[in-house]
Amino acid sequence: MSTPQAMPLAEALAVIHQYRADAVVITTMGAAREWQTLEPHPKDLVYMPSSMGQGPPLGLGIAIAQPDQRVIVVNGDGCTLMNLGCLVTLAAQAPKNFTLVVVDNGVYEVTGGQATIGHPAKRADGQALNFADLARAAGFNEVYEFDDAESFRFEHETLHEPGPVCIVLKTTHQTEDISARSPGPPAERIEDFRTSLQS
Amino acid sequence: MFAPEEFVSTLTELGITHVVWIPDTTLGQWDEALRTAPEIELVQVCREGEAWALAAGLYLGGAKPIVVIQCTGLFESGDSLRNIVHDYQLPIYGLVGYRSFLNAASLPGDTCLKFTEPVLDAWALDTVFLKDESMKPQFAEHYRKCTEQQIPGICLMAEGAA
Repeated sequence: MSTPQAMPLAEALAVIHQYRADAVVITTMGAAREWQTLEPHPKDLVYMPSSMGQGPPLGLGIAIAQPDQRVIVVNGDGCTLMNLGCLVTLAAQAPKNFTLVVVDNGVYEVTGGQATIGHPAKRADGQALNFADLARAAGFNEVYEFDDAESFRFEHETLHEPGPVCIVLKTTHQTEDISARSPGPPAERIEDFRTSLQS
Repeated sequence: MFAPEEFVSTLTELGITHVVWIPDTTLGQWDEALRTAPEIELVQVCREGEAWALAAGLYLGGAKPIVVIQCTGLFESGDSLRNIVHDYQLPIYGLVGYRSFLNAASLPGDTCLKFTEPVLDAWALDTVFLKDESMKPQFAEHYRKCTEQQIPGICLMAEGAA
């Protein structure tokens, strides 16, 4: 059996970072850790500490309140599994300015790489859970899947398609320097973030 | 406790822009009035934990949301509530229906009566408890107080049926 193709997380995030334009970008877990290595932006919310699974509804609230502001939420597959209902909530609200990026590496990376329940090894059919199918079934307008960074870079305009958009990125998982990290006290950071949204 | 139009007019007077909710038997009676309220947007979620995060996003974006859920949803909300009002210290307000308080006979042994108030205490939330109709004005008063002080708050509203 061949190994499915996947891209390094850092390469996937570099594409989002390069093509975000003025979008709010909310990152969670492993993506939040790696996002901190990139040039910061006033509309970044490194959502750490988080309530696992609540990044998408947090971004949805911003998207509803500010319909002209693109909101991109970069969510792990473990986080998405923690709150699958949010796919239905997002599709019901159908914000045109919302993009959910699911970073799918099949594991809980920040806790040491244990397989999620969506990993082929944990599933009766031996197939990886298909997040793109879940998003389509929930009612997302636009759903894309990429397993290499160059294809994602080539199709970067998908980040800004009329939404709700779901982009599933198949990524490899890191085995070193994996711990969750926060860039600073959350209450102070969220106030700066709020100010940037309302200025 | 609140008639549907009365609840909507109270929210409108408070300047609330979005109700983020999951209805129960009592709260659900406000559904049509909320859906048709011209100045309020009703946002329904799948589980109550989502409601706090979604309301936080609305607040960050400049809106004035309120979370409306049953106490069972408060129990479900734990980690999201902790994150939003304690980690991020966002002043999100919620109205929580207190199942079985007015009529314990419909669900004999309902442990909502045992855990609702201790859970609110545990989450260190500034709470007003509406036990009967005469206390209704305290909802708006408490909301205004929490808004002025920029703190999260809860209005616990007694319910009868499940």
